[in-house]
Amino acid sequence: MYRYDEFDRSFVLERVAEFRDQVARRLSGELTEDQFKPLRLMNGVYLQLHAYMLRIAIPYGVVSSRQMRKLAHIAREYDKGYGHFTTRQNLQFNWVELARIPDLLAELAEVEMHALQTSGNCIRNVTADHFAGAAADEIVDPRPYAEILRQWSAIHPEFTYLPRKFKIAVTGAPHDRAAVQVHDIGLHAVRGADGKTGFAVYVGGGQGRTPLIAHKVRDFLPEEYLLAYCEAILRVYNLEGRRDNKYKARIKILVHEKGKAEIAAAIEVEFAQLKGKTLTLPEADVKAISAYFAPPALDKRAATSTALEAAKAANKDLSRFVRHNVTAHHAAGYGVVTVSLKPVGEPPGDATAAQMDAIADIAERFSHSEIRVSHEQNLVLPHVKLDEIPALFAELAKHNLATPNAGLVTDIIACPGLDYCALANARSIPVAQRLSERFADIARQEEIGDLKIKISGCINACGHHHVGHIGLLGVDQKGKELYQITLGGSADEHTSIGEIVGPGFPTDKVVDAVEAVIDVYLGLRNGPEENFLDAYRRVGAEPFKAALYADA
Amino acid sequence: MSRRGVGTDCAPIMSKAAKPFRPVAITANDLRSGIVVFRTEAGEWVTDATRAEVALDPATAEAMLAAAKLDHDRNIVVEPVAVAFDPASRLPVLLRERIRAQGPTVAIPGSV
Repeated sequence: MYRYDEFDRSFVLERVAEFRDQVARRLSGELTEDQFKPLRLMNGVYLQLHAYMLRIAIPYGVVSSRQMRKLAHIAREYDKGYGHFTTRQNLQFNWVELARIPDLLAELAEVEMHALQTSGNCIRNVTADHFAGAAADEIVDPRPYAEILRQWSAIHPEFTYLPRKFKIAVTGAPHDRAAVQVHDIGLHAVRGADGKTGFAVYVGGGQGRTPLIAHKVRDFLPEEYLLAYCEAILRVYNLEGRRDNKYKARIKILVHEKGKAEIAAAIEVEFAQLKGKTLTLPEADVKAISAYFAPPALDKRAATSTALEAAKAANKDLSRFVRHNVTAHHAAGYGVVTVSLKPVGEPPGDATAAQMDAIADIAERFSHSEIRVSHEQNLVLPHVKLDEIPALFAELAKHNLATPNAGLVTDIIACPGLDYCALANARSIPVAQRLSERFADIARQEEIGDLKIKISGCINACGHHHVGHIGLLGVDQKGKELYQITLGGSADEHTSIGEIVGPGFPTDKVVDAVEAVIDVYLGLRNGPEENFLDAYRRVGAEPFKAALYADA
Repeated sequence: MSRRGVGTDCAPIMSKAAKPFRPVAITANDLRSGIVVFRTEAGEWVTDATRAEVALDPATAEAMLAAAKLDHDRNIVVEPVAVAFDPASRLPVLLRERIRAQGPTVAIPGSV
């Protein structure tokens, strides 16, 4: 795995020392709140509904056992014993004391972690496919490119004060698991005719109050121009993006207002200035960084595990777990295991310190100490021997981490909502909990099949409701929580924005409404092989509206 | 400007004529820890909302908020604001502020 180099290490330590001084000056009164606020935000510290919240960067969702143990320690020593994995593959602690944050950051730096660029109008943590380096369908591992982008974008002086925040996602398989088309820049790796790696480049996607799908501005960008082209995009945005209105400041608005052709042309003009100069990636450097991400030494194994097959035959729960939570690995005899952070009735994405420690130990024993955080708020063990999955399953079960629901109706994304977030208008977590309780029967979940429910507690859409097959948006209507339902959203290679089906539902009716939508789907699908999204795309919103608003 | 601005629970103190005054209490976050605090009649900042001083008229509310802002300037609290407060239940009126006063409505993971 990638480790900090000396530059990273000294830079992060300097920033910790600098922030320690800034916190001391704030507490002594030397700095006012107005002076301090932008400084704390540059270090990932927000003031949320109940307390200070610290958002820790997990670059492209990759975390080691050693790092996870440190996060568990921080949860225990500096917080209330848990953390929240976010839809940006980061981790948030909800209850940290300002006075102790410098010590916390110093501890994080011991394991090459930090909270830089997790806030502010800069290039944020680069996200990637959570199955990177392991998935059977992968063309190229996106992590080296995400790391190159991290190095380029870290304290990039030109892009520290952009019109608004900027998010980049990279994926390396035909099936997009990183939602690249709803990012400011989405990079989808492809192979050129000569077998060389390049990227389809998408620009101007995003969610929030104005959900827009990115436009593809390049079918094939050769690998060596990755940084030059991204810099060209950022330059166009930095110069032309709006700064007069926060709600119109993202690049998606610029792209939407100018149109794809004009933006693509402007990018090409900038790119022509940069192409072939210092930002050209030397092949040797790409190889050197890729070497950090070389897969661990994996044994040569039979494609099918007789031990696993026998265990599955004897254990229905294990069989279910394998069916839903184990994905094909590129190496024969291995699997990619999704560890669900969505047990029935629990807050999506939350993990206790004990669970973090358990995951660290389990990853060490079964997955070469590698863990991934998915934007779907689950954890992933990328390299597990199929033979060892029965033992792994038993260990996970001891810690309430073996819920066999990956991709099913209870694998719900939910933002922290009004229970934690200062921006939220309605609660998300209790709705997710009630939905997971309503659909707790695993046989029923399997009958429903693949279905992504995503819940946001405000229009900022951290819960990705716009791209949920079923999306729920919580709003405040005269002091009451109300939930709008959107249908037909998706964030894969066939990205679509969900359509609002009609008036919202109060909190005591929203679970019934979702169940009604699902019942309609079950009644009209062309067999179990037609999943919810395909059925919705075939029939449209009308049958669902008819059921939801029958009494209207 | 406070996070809790127009459209949430920032009760108007010098209200624009028409709106009747609603009782308010003063809340903020403790600078050092960040936790939610309420101002008592004695000028202390406490986590127990039921101990908050309640203003029943605009003049009292103005004075309470002015005192709270002094505590902000003395680096004791941040973002002091007046929130609509129900004197009977001794809790804020709006759900958002009740959640601030009482904590998340969902269990803290690992606590049960």
